[in-house]
Amino acid sequence: MTEPKPARTVYLVARRELNTRVRTRSFVVSTLVALVVLTGFVLTQSTLFDEEHVTRVGLNGQALAITGPLRQAAGQLDLDVTTTEVPDLAAGRDQVADGELDALVSGAPAELRVLVRGDLDPDLRTVLNGLVQQQVLSGLLASVEDLDSNQVLATIAKAGVHVDSLEPADPQHDQRLALALIMVALLYLALLLYGSMVAQSVVEEKSSRVVELLLATVRPWQLLSGKVVGLGLVGLVQLFAVGAIGLLLAILTHVVTIPATATATMAWGLLWYVLGYLLYATAFAAVGSLVSRQEDVQSVLMPFTVVLVVAFMLGFAVLSRSPTGTTATVLSLLPPLSPILMPGRIALAAAPLWQVVLAIVLTLASVAVVARVGSVVYRNSVLHMGPRLRLRDALR
Amino acid sequence: MPPAVLEVDGIAASYGPVAACRDVSFTVTPGELFGLVGSLGAGKTTTMRIVLGMLAPDAGEVRVGGARVTPETRRRMGYLPEERGLYPRMRVHDQLVYLAELRGLDVNDAHRAADRWTTRLGLRDARDVPVQRLGPGAQQRARLAAALVHDPDVLVLDEPFAGLDPETAQLASGVLRERAAAGVPVLFTSQALDLAERLCDRVGIIQNGHMVAAGTVDELRAGGSVELLVDAPDAPDGWAGALPGVRVVDVHNGRTRLHLTNGVDDQAVLAAALATGPVREFTRVRPTLAELYRDVVVP
Repeated sequence: MTEPKPARTVYLVARRELNTRVRTRSFVVSTLVALVVLTGFVLTQSTLFDEEHVTRVGLNGQALAITGPLRQAAGQLDLDVTTTEVPDLAAGRDQVADGELDALVSGAPAELRVLVRGDLDPDLRTVLNGLVQQQVLSGLLASVEDLDSNQVLATIAKAGVHVDSLEPADPQHDQRLALALIMVALLYLALLLYGSMVAQSVVEEKSSRVVELLLATVRPWQLLSGKVVGLGLVGLVQLFAVGAIGLLLAILTHVVTIPATATATMAWGLLWYVLGYLLYATAFAAVGSLVSRQEDVQSVLMPFTVVLVVAFMLGFAVLSRSPTGTTATVLSLLPPLSPILMPGRIALAAAPLWQVVLAIVLTLASVAVVARVGSVVYRNSVLHMGPRLRLRDALR
Repeated sequence: MPPAVLEVDGIAASYGPVAACRDVSFTVTPGELFGLVGSLGAGKTTTMRIVLGMLAPDAGEVRVGGARVTPETRRRMGYLPEERGLYPRMRVHDQLVYLAELRGLDVNDAHRAADRWTTRLGLRDARDVPVQRLGPGAQQRARLAAALVHDPDVLVLDEPFAGLDPETAQLASGVLRERAAAGVPVLFTSQALDLAERLCDRVGIIQNGHMVAAGTVDELRAGGSVELLVDAPDAPDGWAGALPGVRVVDVHNGRTRLHLTNGVDDQAVLAAALATGPVREFTRVRPTLAELYRDVVVP
């Protein structure tokens, strides 16, 4: 009998966590539920993303003259349009890039130009074309003396809005967006579920006083690492199973026609799960050790789960609007948000490599900080029984 | 590892402004059962936590075999926490194997040790039952098995007899005696003073964080006052009241119970009794640990 190496101790703790969870019925059930929900999502995704929303049109200079006609024509087509005046063309261009505007219209009414990020919405194109043709027609009618009907028709047919696009339209965009949003949702759920599981496991050991028995033998950091690693692996297994089966299903049913991109998205998602999990689980474990009863876990975790919820909601908003914009870039580089936003942007091919690398480095750095602070909090509070400790006291 | 003495030397600890124990010292020799008694909050559990290294003392130190306790020696201790202390939803056998492995046994040894102790403590039927489904007695036996499963060099048990039925208590004290006979120093706390008195080789009484008395029960008796029971049927009322250093505690059925101040010669009392007529009974009352405890703690 020899002193077990620290790595073996961590392994033993991790193995116990893994065995305890994987054997439970709730693990199997939650995996199946996740699969069913994901399948449903995949199968309905095409209709889900066709939904109409408000189209925000910016008008610049002479184009302001079409404000009234634009609204009227859009109304007839059931196209929901809001218009804003954009005094500065360069500023308007940035707004389009950031997704604050869907389209920027400029130029004389007879020679309208429209700037969009990707594709011009077909309904909006129809409306704008109609407006340009009306202008051209009324110009021609003004010089009524030498009117050649054939020439008029030809001129009208040629007239139309000139479209400029910031980015070439991506035919795979819808699929990529669906993949990105599925990824965001899965990561959010996995981080929340397995992060709180770590906190619950910490409190279970506290409330059952097993921790007293364990800490007579193992160091706090070994116990904490083993727990985080073990439960993290459970999450990884579950996420991998759900992801792989969901992906296979989507490819087989031709919902996804870009298997290579989809597989890469999933691989990135798993990497970001590991990074995000390390960040959140360590924080959750430390904060969980402040309380002694299961009933208090949720309330003590609240400030941290809120960050996850915010990341999730921002993810949906930013990714569907403007994944390449400044807002998306900055948010996805912030460590608490990166694990959810960055894989979404990667799925949309909206993040350059340097941003991905930077986000990974920043997240790893904050994992190191959280792990250090977290293990101090854990060590100081895990043997404390009774009412909830304040974080400040636990850091001393 | 050869039998090693456990020494607790002048330890002190406080929770914030509250001192949990101050200058507590005692020694448990190999093969000795040492009982720590005291009321709730007296500092017993704190002392145990310091012995186990879970709590760093503000002063003093704990030694095993003359050397300061290291994580290595700590791993060779067996600990039974007060109440609970096992995963409620984990099976008894799995739990024992896990704890044995954490303490350095390899897989096969861990399984063998777990089987040995479940059998020894009558838990064979409970082997694959989650701890939370066991009755309180069986749970306590499972905890005891967890403390013993790695064959520790030092045993530290917090209230090992709490909530045990007499039969299980008998079994548990038998196991503790057996471990002591194998050369293990055994330190335990108990509220059950009669049980502690029967089981302990030595006792320490702790109060408000201080060790107020320590020694064998006989030594504690020797340090305390003496009481006599005298049956002198012809003696008049108040025959003993005038004797120096003697106080009448009680007169019942013609028998007088007397309390002697330290150092008073009981033979002088016998002579005074004989002077009143025949003496049918003259007994030195052996106070129980409970009475000693009351004497030490109450004034």
